[in-house]
Amino acid sequence: MAPEPILPEEARRRKIVGVNAETVTNVTSTDFPGHHPGEDHEWSLEKFDQNFQIQFHKNDSLDASFSLIGIDASIANAFRRIMIAEIPTLAIETVFVHNNTSIVQDEVLSARLGLVPLTASLSGLNWLQFYKKSATPDDDDEGGDDRDAAADNNTVVLKLYVECEWRGAEGVKSGETDPEKLYVNSSVYAKQITFEPTGRQNQEFPEPDGHVRPVNPEILLAKMRPGQVIDLDMHCIKGIGADHAKFSPVATATYRLLPTIDIVKPIIGNDARKFARCFPKGVIGLEEVTEEESEIGKELEGMAGEKKAVVWNTFKDTVSRECLRHDEFQGKVKLGRVRDHFIFSVESTGQFDSDYLFLESVKTLKAKCSRLKRQFANVMR
Amino acid sequence: MSREAYAPPTLQPSSSNFNTTSTDILGSSTQYLCGECNAKVQLKKGDAIRCKECGHRVLYKERTKRMVQFEAR
Repeated sequence: MAPEPILPEEARRRKIVGVNAETVTNVTSTDFPGHHPGEDHEWSLEKFDQNFQIQFHKNDSLDASFSLIGIDASIANAFRRIMIAEIPTLAIETVFVHNNTSIVQDEVLSARLGLVPLTASLSGLNWLQFYKKSATPDDDDEGGDDRDAAADNNTVVLKLYVECEWRGAEGVKSGETDPEKLYVNSSVYAKQITFEPTGRQNQEFPEPDGHVRPVNPEILLAKMRPGQVIDLDMHCIKGIGADHAKFSPVATATYRLLPTIDIVKPIIGNDARKFARCFPKGVIGLEEVTEEESEIGKELEGMAGEKKAVVWNTFKDTVSRECLRHDEFQGKVKLGRVRDHFIFSVESTGQFDSDYLFLESVKTLKAKCSRLKRQFANVMR
Repeated sequence: MSREAYAPPTLQPSSSNFNTTSTDILGSSTQYLCGECNAKVQLKKGDAIRCKECGHRVLYKERTKRMVQFEAR
């Protein structure tokens, strides 16, 4: 039996997640083999290739927004999770405190330093390897050989040496209370961290914009008063977000489904204006009822020239469901979301560009799949 | 510079990075900081616990200069 073609209205009905005042309907996708009798839902690369689309809405280095259309939630969610937890980044891992007489405790200062986002030349970051810690740190003398020693290709050394001093009498008014004017280095900023390249790092992280440095130079690390000193070395290694949030390359990587608004019965006049106010600006527009419409439609009889509510751009909608609270719109509007239209928002912390992170997540998922395939091949052998 | 461990007075200068002021060699003296005026005060065994600058009687030991390792987590 040849599979029957699916009518476009039916296909749309299946694709829309219904959003009601207090419930959400039609949540699960049904486009898998065996759910709809007599229909062909076998996954094929050709079909996927035809239906799949990517649209970029915004592509800044720290904030990218794009749509993946025609993809299953499991895959879209995999990309999101990989971006958050599995793309390796460079971050400060160990802090060697030589001296710290500031009021910020060593532990607290170390934790703060770890969270400072770093950046460097892309080629250098890709050249860096993982630093493998010994599995059991206690038996260093026995099985110490299988551990990677800190080397130029897995560890980056940063230094921070700041001393707070009096600025001196000249140019300072008597009675001055501003610590920035009274003292030198009363605030310690991320920009004061210096990079100490060793070995091949001199070529891989060239001066000045290839250097390992904080993305945001104005991060306040500590405050000091005259006589206080912070003197420490830091070792940065590669890690993944699953291990610690400081290794996560994104501030947020999220997606939402494209909202839909179906005006089932026309909303006219003052109601239309009220309806438009239930949504963010630009979602609902007001248009005049034309002569033809007033002749055809029953509800629009003699309404020519009046304003009616028209859906302009659902992309901007927040799905606040405000319109469902008002009695006058009861039964006139249906809210929903498109199940396979994922609007991604990726905000990089600055080590990599946001669009690059998405490509990396695709690469990572691909690598995982081929690893799984290899394992299956081993099982079959 | 001070050390955190008490070293009994010896005539031989220690091998570690003690700073080599004359007092270190003759008899160990430890550096303290005055709690009032933040002046550096060198004290030997038996010295009165008193700042030489302001006479304040509360002195603080300096923080260790030994390297301390932390995980940035």
